[in-house]
Amino acid sequence: MTSSVPTTLDRARPDAGEVVLAVDSLTKSYRPDGAEPVLSGIDFSVVAGELLSVVGPSGAGKTTLLNCICGLLRPTDGAVRFRGELVERPPDGLAMVFQDYSRSLLPWLSVLDNVTLPLRRTVGSAAERRELATHALRSVGLPDATKLKPYQLSGGMQQRVAIARALAYEPALLVMDEPFASVDAQTREELEDLTLRLREAYAMTIVLVTHDIDEAVYLSDRVVVLGGRPTTVHSRLNVDLGRDRDQIGTKARPEFGELRALVHAGIRGELSA
Amino acid sequence: MSVLTTPAGPTLRRRPLRLLLTAVAYLLPPALLTWWLWEATAGSTNYLFPPLSDILTSLRTDWFSSAGLEQIWPSLRNLLVGYAIASVLGIAAGAWLGVSIGLRQLFLPVIDFARSVPPPVLLPLGVVLLGIDNAMKVAVIAFGCIWPTLYGAMEGVRSTEPVRRSMSAVFRLRSRERWRMVVLPGAAPLIVAGMRSSLQIAFVLIVISELIASNSGIGFSVLQASRTFQYADMWAGAILLGLLGLLLNLIFGLFASRVLRWRDEEVRARRMS
Repeated sequence: MTSSVPTTLDRARPDAGEVVLAVDSLTKSYRPDGAEPVLSGIDFSVVAGELLSVVGPSGAGKTTLLNCICGLLRPTDGAVRFRGELVERPPDGLAMVFQDYSRSLLPWLSVLDNVTLPLRRTVGSAAERRELATHALRSVGLPDATKLKPYQLSGGMQQRVAIARALAYEPALLVMDEPFASVDAQTREELEDLTLRLREAYAMTIVLVTHDIDEAVYLSDRVVVLGGRPTTVHSRLNVDLGRDRDQIGTKARPEFGELRALVHAGIRGELSA
Repeated sequence: MSVLTTPAGPTLRRRPLRLLLTAVAYLLPPALLTWWLWEATAGSTNYLFPPLSDILTSLRTDWFSSAGLEQIWPSLRNLLVGYAIASVLGIAAGAWLGVSIGLRQLFLPVIDFARSVPPPVLLPLGVVLLGIDNAMKVAVIAFGCIWPTLYGAMEGVRSTEPVRRSMSAVFRLRSRERWRMVVLPGAAPLIVAGMRSSLQIAFVLIVISELIASNSGIGFSVLQASRTFQYADMWAGAILLGLLGLLLNLIFGLFASRVLRWRDEEVRARRMS
């Protein structure tokens, strides 16, 4: 499905073992005096090549956490480090897939132009941008969609375009915010498997934020469970299901069920960290 | 690729019907109205409503003659130049004000004050500052019609989708791309709506700009005819203004449907899915 990546941008590729993202006792309050924090003392890190899920109930401040990671919000206390550097504004080399694909893609641009848009800053030649974009679109299974407008595609396909946009950008870290929450169950499974294939093919480092426990366990190497009020890290789980996963077999394994139950308990706050 | 929706399909099939409807709309009611007026005013001795035949004769001799066309052109040119200036400045200033709440709060009172001053009141000032040449007339038209475009651009930029703001920030788009490919196209529907109102006002201002210190032009001629009780000439001028308005609105409509094609297609695609 994917051949080698047609590019020269090795700067984007983190070395094995590098801590790509470190969240250090992050606290965020929306009040000027710092009272009533939404997030309190969040701690976790992501190593190169890892897929880490952050799971939490709705209203737990997952979006706030994401905005802090992406440099869109400043933490009240603690810090976010991206490849060793303090995140104070959106860092270079971080890409994002948003839940709301129909708005995050631009309807006045073709699929190809949507994918090349972020590359206009990072890649000098138009031909090279085009090549990266077409390659990324092939990788997500949309080789023929380049000239179409996003609204001519189904929801699942639009999200594939958004994934291709992130892929072509060759990020050191891909952040996915509830990426499959707005598509139907079958499409969701297809996109989950696509995500697994792509992270293999491109050795991607991914942070996935979701409220879906099955999805978190199925996709991740590690799961960080958020819960409580203010939100803290309730538990961290290693998902030892191997790299080779499939929707039927993996989800039928007893370990999957146990992990699922653990995450569930964590979200409900029945398990301490 | 079989799941692709093609919103272009049904419209293409409906296009002949729409063209026919358009042709009927442009020909039938005017024809009926002309016929009725012709009959109703034939042999009229009421000086306010001279026979339509007299009016049409005036229209031909006053305007559709070489001397007449020489009078139309300066007025039309003032309109187009004034409107163009208003559009460029209106979009630029509106976009600038749309970016920040602070700027808006600071400048809105001044703007509301300025746009409340009726342009005719400023005519003497215009004459003192800019003389009685075209520059003054262009300035009056531009000043009088800028406001809807400015407000449209301001609201359009202000209502940029938050996801698109985040997307632009996370991918660190340069401000050139941010404006040209994200913010302004998104604001286009409101900008176009504003420009449409501005065009309407610019038309009124042709007449107003020729209120004083003029000796030629459409507005001057209509006013002159009205003041000297030459009602056939006055009606001919009114019909000319109407025809010019029709033409410019037609051209504007073509421009608008080109700029907003993505939106119409998107709306249609949504309706079908």
